[in-house]
Amino acid sequence: MSRLTIMTQTQAQVVIEELYKDLERRIIASPPGLCPVDMASAFLKLCHAQTCGKCVPCRVGLAQLQALIDDVLEGRATLDTIDLIEKTAQNISDSADCAIGYEAADMVLRGVQGFRDDYEEHILHGRCTCSLNQPVPCVALCPAGVDVPGYIALIGEERYEDAVRLIRKDNPFPAVCAFICEHPCEARCRRNMLDNPINIRGLKRYAVDQAGVVKPQANAASTGKKVAVVGGGPGGLSAAYYLQQMGHQAVVFEKRKKLGGMLRYGIPNYRLPRARLDEEIQTLLSTGIEVHTEVSIGDDIPLCDLDRDYDAVYLSIGAQTDKKVGIPGEDGVNVISAVEMLRNIGDDIMPDFEGKRVIVIGGGNVAMDVARSAKRLGAAKVGIAYRRRKQDMTALWDEIEGALEEDCEVLELQAPVRIELDEAKRVTALWVQPQIIGKYDRGRPGPKRAMAEEKRIPCDIVVVAIGQGIESKPFEDAGIPIKRGAISALDHSGIDKMEGIFAGGDCVTGPATVIRAIAAGKVAAANIDTYLGYNHSISCDVKIPDAKGTDRPKCGRVQLKVRDASERKHDFDEIELGFTCEEAKQESSRCLRCDHFGFGVFKGGRSTKW
Amino acid sequence: MVTLTIDRKVIEAAEGMTILDAARSADIEIPHLCYLKDLNEIGACRVCMVEMDGASKLITACNTIVQDGMVIHTNSPKVRETRRTNVELILSQHDCECAWCVRSGNCALQTLANDLNINTLPYEKQVKYSPWNRFFPLIRESNKCIKCMRCIQVCDKIQNLQVWDVAGTGSRTTVNVSLNRRIEEADCSLCGQCITHCPVGALHERDDTQKVFQALKDPDQITVVQMAPAVRAAWGEELGLSRDEATVERMAAALRAIGFDYVFDTDFGADLTIMEEGSELLERLKKGDAKTLPMFTSCCPGWIRFMKSQFPEMVSHLSTSKSPHQMFGAVAKTYFAQMLGVDASRIFVVSIMPCVAKKSECDLPTMDDVGTGKDVNVVLTTRELIRMLRADHINVHHLKDEALDSPLGTATGAGVIFGATGGVMEAALRSAHYLALHENAPADAFKAVRGGKGWKESTFQLGDTTLRTAVVSGLGNARKLIEALKNQEVSYDFIEVMACPGGCAGGGGQPIHDGQELAEVRSDTLYDLDQHAALRYSHENPSILKLYEDFFGEPLSPLAEKLLHTDHEAWEMPGKRSCLDLDHKLL
Repeated sequence: MSRLTIMTQTQAQVVIEELYKDLERRIIASPPGLCPVDMASAFLKLCHAQTCGKCVPCRVGLAQLQALIDDVLEGRATLDTIDLIEKTAQNISDSADCAIGYEAADMVLRGVQGFRDDYEEHILHGRCTCSLNQPVPCVALCPAGVDVPGYIALIGEERYEDAVRLIRKDNPFPAVCAFICEHPCEARCRRNMLDNPINIRGLKRYAVDQAGVVKPQANAASTGKKVAVVGGGPGGLSAAYYLQQMGHQAVVFEKRKKLGGMLRYGIPNYRLPRARLDEEIQTLLSTGIEVHTEVSIGDDIPLCDLDRDYDAVYLSIGAQTDKKVGIPGEDGVNVISAVEMLRNIGDDIMPDFEGKRVIVIGGGNVAMDVARSAKRLGAAKVGIAYRRRKQDMTALWDEIEGALEEDCEVLELQAPVRIELDEAKRVTALWVQPQIIGKYDRGRPGPKRAMAEEKRIPCDIVVVAIGQGIESKPFEDAGIPIKRGAISALDHSGIDKMEGIFAGGDCVTGPATVIRAIAAGKVAAANIDTYLGYNHSISCDVKIPDAKGTDRPKCGRVQLKVRDASERKHDFDEIELGFTCEEAKQESSRCLRCDHFGFGVFKGGRSTKW
Repeated sequence: MVTLTIDRKVIEAAEGMTILDAARSADIEIPHLCYLKDLNEIGACRVCMVEMDGASKLITACNTIVQDGMVIHTNSPKVRETRRTNVELILSQHDCECAWCVRSGNCALQTLANDLNINTLPYEKQVKYSPWNRFFPLIRESNKCIKCMRCIQVCDKIQNLQVWDVAGTGSRTTVNVSLNRRIEEADCSLCGQCITHCPVGALHERDDTQKVFQALKDPDQITVVQMAPAVRAAWGEELGLSRDEATVERMAAALRAIGFDYVFDTDFGADLTIMEEGSELLERLKKGDAKTLPMFTSCCPGWIRFMKSQFPEMVSHLSTSKSPHQMFGAVAKTYFAQMLGVDASRIFVVSIMPCVAKKSECDLPTMDDVGTGKDVNVVLTTRELIRMLRADHINVHHLKDEALDSPLGTATGAGVIFGATGGVMEAALRSAHYLALHENAPADAFKAVRGGKGWKESTFQLGDTTLRTAVVSGLGNARKLIEALKNQEVSYDFIEVMACPGGCAGGGGQPIHDGQELAEVRSDTLYDLDQHAALRYSHENPSILKLYEDFFGEPLSPLAEKLLHTDHEAWEMPGKRSCLDLDHKLL
């Protein structure tokens, strides 16, 4: 007889632990468009299986809730059933003893409130308003709808130029996206159900590296129509490219010296090599896009002139202005904005950070970009001051990790209070107020002032990277509707009551990703074509390899390697290393071909033109 | 070519072929259910699973492409068990009330289950019922649907109407009318192609046979039956008659055996249609009005429904001539009633049609020109005719040919070919030539319009007039043609459209043969009948000539306009495009 024993897991516990992991990954791979009531019922069944059975609300209540929701799904319910579901769930939420009960009930309550329409549709019409209209998760989640399984299969057959052609049908920037796309396509990759998502961006990188320069298809016959594109960033150039392909003459007006927008003036060379950007822009320009740089619409040419002289206008001015923190001392010398710093670097004007102590304020990707750039400019010390925790940062985890590896320090839970200046208004320090992470606010935990003294962080330069705004004033003056600082455009990118004027990208959505800007350009090109009275379609004649085999053994995801931090932090050269041929082959063979297996073979597996 | 082994047989197969087709070429039939060649190769039922050496999972034969060196087993223990289990799973959610199912004996699932010797089910039955308007000509029984998705595919890919769609998600996934509409609100053409492509009894026409038996037993009713051209080419298929045995005269004997008082022929109506439509075409050509030219044929009510919902702005291009059986109905209740000296209300007209849309056509408010309520009382499909014959245990093998009744049973070869795509065009051209030039062209002068191709073009010379014609069948082709017309990519004077691929011979009311398209074979029968017909020009039909002489006067006379023509704008088609836009806003 022993007083204590060492806990060991039974075989059943070991297996169930593995199944929990499988379930977690399965939920990640949930396709969009499922019936929310059905999902609520399924979640509830899982929750109920977790109950210990001690208390009435959880043991009995969750079972009754399940029966009621099933009544809704099976057409046995009336509108009163919804009230009973709400009442019962509220009761469980209020009276359950532990989180197993009250959290389960809260999930039901949020559902009833969040998708009540769908509950009612089931009850009144015995049907669901949801439908699975894009069954291929990567394509569904790519804003531009790029044919991901198609080009992965082409890469598997070493047909790299065809892969680039196929991508370009929906996205004219395959190379740019190969380097810096945030790859929303990977988020719900069905491969999650087995192991991990396909490294889609890595594969695209391999394809563009192998393919070299791939010429665009010939343009359609000229229509004689002219379209002005305001802003030569990824969105504007995408629209211009597709308009050229459709036979219209696109004329791009760019305020800065060079084309590229944030690709050039926001993203540092080490993430997106300038040479590759220039090469890709040249490819797009080879379709005959007319370009005017260093022309500002509003200052140099009034918008109404464009409206008069062109058959349509696309506004894609991006979000180029900086935002202020609004703390004392922000007007000091050596307090610079991230936008300004990166813009100068884009024009090859390198700021002198040699031996300086730099503090970056912010927690997004831009904050990481400037911190890592500062390091490369020779800064002695780089800190990133952020008022929340590291895991709350909006920057991609890879970017945060990259910055840390390059000896940037993250000063988490430090809210900037004021910038200390000397008599010459030069920065001497940043004062911060330590924070404690607190209650949830709008889906994430908010910081609050900790019971601690303000701290002085000595530094020579402060870079503010807390977001960008839109230079909307000249457009507002020209009569374009503006909402909360952004251009107010409809979802087809037209502008209400402004016939012939279209807008899209960051200037409509606020600062977002390159692929969303590209998608907006694509949408605008299609709708401008229709507006001009045409019905051109963009297609690609590349034949996609048949899907083969159904054996898909579990296999790890190949990650892109990067240059050693100790080496890369001294230069602006690209840091990411592409796949080897072996890695690309293996990674492409992991694709489950959802375009063929599953719903894709029936509907929505592939759209060959738009 | 690739070389593969299936069930120890070494097979040479063309590249790009599926395992199913490769096996078939070596006389190995792999059981399958949802598969329909070129139309539904989605591997949904998982019945055609086969085992491949070197692969741990089974693969589908219907949509896996052969590769060199493949070794396939279609009857390995794993395949046998999987096939059986998947059929058992399908049966667990299928309403197996086979005894009173319209497809009993002609059901792919029933055959499969029987072949697999499934006689008990290890699973709980989970049959889902959902409500449906039983008065609608097209009936869907969700309790029988096996979600093979063929109906969706045929409506999308062939007919381009998207009436059906997947509804719901997860375990509740089913098929239903798209856009969450009810069938009555949808722009369904009622072509019935979803019915003829359904492997089970989930889709069928409304059965109207009991209405006919009611009329037959009423001594006050004079029952008049007519059968469409294409019916004669198909009616024997399910009764075990060869194409030579299944004559229209034997059908007449069968119909008399059921008890019809007069057995007539829609071909008569077809000849009449040619007189009216041909004259109308010449009138329109003379006027040269862009609002009415090109002229489209109007015999096919599925096509009329399509035109009205999809291109309402083009309705003025439709010929105003009624379809042949509706012309027949109007004549039967006037001219023929007068001949008999009876009141029109005593004539009960039954049309036997290869068509579902005609069930809806005869109910239109515009199809009561005689004023008895309906010019045609009941429309039966070819399948319903067969069911009536079966119900009356009529052994068609023992029947002798009997002549059709006169005068509405007299017809020409031109009327017969109405049942094949291009037939209306050809018949019209034969008579238009005569009407325009007062002399006959050889009967086969216009045979260029024949054939199963979905979209055919020909140009003919009628004296000084060059007539540019097009013939399309299948509504997807009709949409393509109209869009090409609108984009001014093509230009025609006269266009024949049939909703069903291959025309009425492939009609949605015809006997069902799973996996086979019989329109061309049936059309051959019709062309053969025309070839051997004594009369091959509608304008030479003596009964038609007498009808004009005694009753109508001449084509397009006021009385002909009243009884033989119709106003396509006088009724509303659900799902009309402008209304649809409104619906989207409401959603």
